[in-house]
Amino acid sequence: MNALYKHRLFWPIASLLALIAINAIARPQFIKVTVRDGELYGALVTILKDSAPLMLVALGMTIVIATRGIDLSVGAIMAVSGAVALTIIDGSGSPDNLATVLIAVVVALLVALILGAWNGLLVTVLGIQPIVATLVLMLAGRGAALLITGGEITTVNSAPFKWMSGGYLVALPVAFLIGLLAITIMGLIERRTALGVLTEAVGINPEASRLAGVRARGIIWGAYMVSGILAGVAGLIYASRISAADANAAGVFIELYAILAVVLGGTSLNGGKFSIAGTVVGVFIIQTLDSTILFLGIPSAQSPVFFGFVVAIVVVVQSPRVRTALGSLGGRRRSRGTSGPSTDTVEVAR
Amino acid sequence: MPADTEVPPIVQMRGITIRFPGVLALDGVDFTLRPGEVHSLMGENGAGKSTLIKALTGVYAIDDGSITVAGERRSFSTAADAQEAGISTVYQEVNLCSNLTVGENVMLGHERRRGTGIDWKATHREAAGHLASLGLDVDPRSILASHSIAIQQLVAISRAMVLDAKVLILDEPTSSLDRGEVEQLFGVIRGLRDQGVAILFVSHFLDQVYEISDRITVLRNGALVGEHPVEELPRDALVTKMIGRELDDLAAIASSSHRTIDRTGTPVVKATGLGRRGVLEPADLEVYEGEVVGLAGLLGSGRTELVRLLYGADRADEGSIEVRGAPVKVHQPRHAIDHRISLSSENRREEGVVADLTVAENIVLGMQARQGWLRRIPQKDQDAVVKEYIEALGVRPANPNALVGNLSGGNQQKVLLARWLATAPQLLVLDEPTRGIDVGAKADIQRKVAELSAQGLSVVFISSELEEVLRLAQRVVVLRDRRKVGELDSASTDLDMLIDYIANAGEGSAA
Repeated sequence: MNALYKHRLFWPIASLLALIAINAIARPQFIKVTVRDGELYGALVTILKDSAPLMLVALGMTIVIATRGIDLSVGAIMAVSGAVALTIIDGSGSPDNLATVLIAVVVALLVALILGAWNGLLVTVLGIQPIVATLVLMLAGRGAALLITGGEITTVNSAPFKWMSGGYLVALPVAFLIGLLAITIMGLIERRTALGVLTEAVGINPEASRLAGVRARGIIWGAYMVSGILAGVAGLIYASRISAADANAAGVFIELYAILAVVLGGTSLNGGKFSIAGTVVGVFIIQTLDSTILFLGIPSAQSPVFFGFVVAIVVVVQSPRVRTALGSLGGRRRSRGTSGPSTDTVEVAR
Repeated sequence: MPADTEVPPIVQMRGITIRFPGVLALDGVDFTLRPGEVHSLMGENGAGKSTLIKALTGVYAIDDGSITVAGERRSFSTAADAQEAGISTVYQEVNLCSNLTVGENVMLGHERRRGTGIDWKATHREAAGHLASLGLDVDPRSILASHSIAIQQLVAISRAMVLDAKVLILDEPTSSLDRGEVEQLFGVIRGLRDQGVAILFVSHFLDQVYEISDRITVLRNGALVGEHPVEELPRDALVTKMIGRELDDLAAIASSSHRTIDRTGTPVVKATGLGRRGVLEPADLEVYEGEVVGLAGLLGSGRTELVRLLYGADRADEGSIEVRGAPVKVHQPRHAIDHRISLSSENRREEGVVADLTVAENIVLGMQARQGWLRRIPQKDQDAVVKEYIEALGVRPANPNALVGNLSGGNQQKVLLARWLATAPQLLVLDEPTRGIDVGAKADIQRKVAELSAQGLSVVFISSELEEVLRLAQRVVVLRDRRKVGELDSASTDLDMLIDYIANAGEGSAA
């Protein structure tokens, strides 16, 4: 019990469950999942589906933050990626052709990858502070997206492209499956290769890592490229959802929500130790909160206040001070007697 | 003026126990500090000295036990609480604001007020008074950073006096002071003691401990060994209590090191004219198989600079490096590691350990970096390597999952040594591997170096402790003022000759 309580994901998961519980009490319909034509529907399924863009961006952000960096340009990369894809589909004359859509997707992702590499170049080779380096693209990227779309909102009517955000596969929304795929790949790379621990080493102590022979520059550069390509995918899902490339609206503020998700998941902005699972929970907290606002019918003028209020509570509950205080409530009743160099478990007196 | 046992203690700590994850840092330690005494806290690195101090000053919360200050049971939750209760600490790294003036530092938080503002004139005048009472003739309006570490430390003590400290904790205050500065500091300490201030003194220098202390408390492995008046505890008894075993193996190390090295073949590593403008004048260095080459010279003489160029930590702008006769490029540490050259930096915290990773992760880091991120070393192999080195080097606690940041300096150094040995280097460069660590760990590390070099490993060994250099090395390269000035055969050199050589640099005064 105590080990569970001390687990780093305890508070994030508890916050998420509390949010869901509040919703379920307010309207029991919230947790209802129905099957229609072999496809799942319901508020929770919508949360899974709608969380995909933020999920992708936040995963990339997690890796970048682990290297002591930050990527403010993800929203702009989303806009560029959507603009590139839709301009290609729009210009092809056969928007329903699968090959056309595939080419558009591949080109858009390549562009996103190049933008990520640009960020990495500024940070590693030129040694510019990450917040400044990615600010450049954050501001310039939307301009580039507007140039690509010719200053207009490009709209298309393409069934294969629409499928990315609206389609279903084995009863689950495709957008969610894309997010799940990204989580799985990142999780596997972290577990099966040494990239996870090397990234943490670089984030905790870059100079010691360099002297230990870790290719710190390559690892940091790679993190920005991963962040770029994930933002690219997020941009495609967003564009697919509205069937349009809106350079001024795509991914606005998403960098801030992504940072929030990473922090809610327990990864420190100081870099080093990171948690993919934590970020996933963080994204779900934000997305659940978002749909709570809709679900409870909170007027749109008040919703930012409500959102901010709940986030403040979650952040405060997770702060070290409050955590120790809450921890000592249980700790004061500890039974004495267990001592020894490696006893982490503490008995709780009844 | 040894303190009287009859005086009621100002600080009484009973059964102090502190646990860190995987480490029992303090195990039921008792400690008593009386007014008007200088009380030294002795023990190896990792014995629990710093932890005990941090428990007293409220930096760490205690898991068990009680702290009584001036007859009152206390538990400090912050360092400020402790300071308010009259307990002040002066650390080795001075923790003042170096960009403020001396006077501002002394009076910080206690400035003289005039209305809503600060009366700087009165503030500085009062600061000058405090400084003068310690016999310090320093202009309170000068910037702190413009003074030597010694003066800064005395300023820190003045600050403690402003806070009306009853207890003054001096944690390794002398490690960066020269002899004269130590005398000045000791004068101040004696003066405060005679005024009834209780002084807790921590130092690695035995001579200084015996010079200043009235009483000594010895800790080992987080437990109390004993408390003794200084006159009842001879030096050898103290050392035995600290390390828990007799130290007769240093002689054995010396005899095993004085081998003849075959220098007829190709050197393992040969650097020719290696230099960098403004850092090091071009220097040559050859290391043969199984040879330990010592680098001797004062701090800043170019010892560290030479090995950093050799390792690619800094880029050389001239000279060449050969590994076993083949010319190689070493522009970054990766290149050196590819040629199986390893460097353990003198700067353990900033350039050595990765504090928030575990012992196991730190040990494996070098091997894994060499393999690249794609080929993760299988967990089974990692566990085996980690276990092997924890045992071979005696890392304490012997817990692979402890965070390295929670280990003592000596044990962090052992973890670093393990990291490099695990990569199977042919040349191992150790820059000050024994600095700031205790006698026991020093002996462990020297023994390991001697043993490995006897098996054929080539080593470059840098240490400010010249006895160590002479003990381990077969050949000593002397540097001065960023220039190599000569080489000595250590078999025919004694300490005085080496010191003379370092001082008189290449004028042929050595035998």
